[in-house]
Amino acid sequence: MPGGTAIAGIGATEFSKDSGRSELRLAVEAVTAALADAGLTAADVDGLVTFTMDGNAEIAVARELGLRELRFFGQVGYGGGAACGCVAHAAMAVAAGAADVVVCYRALNERSGRRFGQVTAGLAGVPTTAGVDNGWHYPMGLATPAAAVAMIARRYMHEYGATSEDFGRIAVAARRHAASNPRAWFYQRPVTLAEHQESRWIAEPLRLLDCCQESDGAVAIVVTSLDRARDLPRRPAVIAAAAQGSGPDQYIMTSYYRDDLAGLPEMGVVARQLWRQAGLGPADVRTAVLYDHFTPYVLLQLEELGFCARGEARGFIADGAVELGGRLPLNTHGGQLGEAYIHGMNGIAEAVRQVRGTSVNQVPGDGPVLVTAGTGVPTSALILS
Amino acid sequence: MAVVPGMSELTAPFWEAARAGRLVVQECQSCRQSWHPPLPRCPHCHAAGLGWRPVSGEGTVYTYTVVRHPTHHAFADEVPYVVALVALAEGPRLVTALLGVAPDEVRVGQPVRAVFRDVAAGVALPYFEPDAGRAAAQRGSLGGLWPAR
Ligand SMILES: [Zn+2]
Repeated sequence: MPGGTAIAGIGATEFSKDSGRSELRLAVEAVTAALADAGLTAADVDGLVTFTMDGNAEIAVARELGLRELRFFGQVGYGGGAACGCVAHAAMAVAAGAADVVVCYRALNERSGRRFGQVTAGLAGVPTTAGVDNGWHYPMGLATPAAAVAMIARRYMHEYGATSEDFGRIAVAARRHAASNPRAWFYQRPVTLAEHQESRWIAEPLRLLDCCQESDGAVAIVVTSLDRARDLPRRPAVIAAAAQGSGPDQYIMTSYYRDDLAGLPEMGVVARQLWRQAGLGPADVRTAVLYDHFTPYVLLQLEELGFCARGEARGFIADGAVELGGRLPLNTHGGQLGEAYIHGMNGIAEAVRQVRGTSVNQVPGDGPVLVTAGTGVPTSALILS
Repeated sequence: MAVVPGMSELTAPFWEAARAGRLVVQECQSCRQSWHPPLPRCPHCHAAGLGWRPVSGEGTVYTYTVVRHPTHHAFADEVPYVVALVALAEGPRLVTALLGVAPDEVRVGQPVRAVFRDVAAGVALPYFEPDAGRAAAQRGSLGGLWPAR
């Protein structure tokens, strides 16, 4: 869809557990780094897009960057489901002529500041639609992302026979890739399947090593026209497809009332658009970055995206198939399990590096790269080539 | 202190019934479909004329999680506890917590029935506990299907 758009620059802060500075400073550092990577300056920027959950308003970032005017700005909702959606909105703005250079950013002190796994009980009573939804779950003790995902994971296991070991293989692959990525929190710290099986329960059937880490940091992505990107120093990562999706009877993490719970139909909505826009299919993809806040949803994504049939992801990922050298290496930066939890934005940066040929875990070939955003919520994804 | 649900025009009838020990779900007065959680209009025929229908309180465990890691002081003394999605006999599903069952003994498909517990002044929540009678009946009917050896 976004005719002739590309990612021209990526930038990030270090990934840590305590950044020691404000989220606004993190955002500005990442945006500045991304512009430098693109060979652009703040004077070139006329659009900013971020997550609804981000604590830094576009105008605050614009002030810090010294931007005099913004022509396009916006926020995309639903937690980590926004990540690729920000790029999609930026690309549509550029394609429509609403802006020339749009920077997407996400900055968070998720470990040292507000931790998403810590329940704010008052959220079960606020008079918004999300507050009303929380009111059905929080009082019963279903109050964390891990527990919300565990409910779907259990049903998936029941229907298809998947096991904790199957989930563990995703963690093992992520930590293997993180081990050779100096930016990753878990650099040089791989785990074995046995260590996964020995890790403590958080919310059964999720163990500690099924849950992504909590991180401080920021990532920014520069989107511009393909024509302009071709004149810039980096090889453009062409946005071959960009899509958002919400499914039937959609909730935020608790879509428990639809007929089928052992899937992620919102990702199916995204997948159908991606393949149609790009004129590609799953077999064409060289490597993919699949959102991994919790391991079971990587299996469900493989199925919704069409890499394998429903219920067959456990076979698809067996025998190291999703590790380097396998048939579809996943999350070569180490994912959010291994590199950092920057709400999926660090995964987009890795997809760009794979297109450029600069990943520390480069997958050979020149085929397209798929990257997805947060799952269990209204979501989004990109195909870059 | 317990986490209590916010009350709104949409949700108050459910919680008022719970306080009286009754489980109710919303029902469309036009097409007679019922569902949960409540909505301002019927999701099937979009009618605005909705009522509330009492349900039996019988259901089965559709899925569940055993929460081991507490993240709120209200639940810190409760871990491990079992959160379940119960499919009511009448169809709609409900997020609840299970009482009277060891975490390792919970199963998908297990018969359960509603019980109410006061958690704060004027607030009762619907929990579920194993339904021994229906479980025995289930075992009996399955037993009849097994070939003699
Ligand atoms: Zn109706």
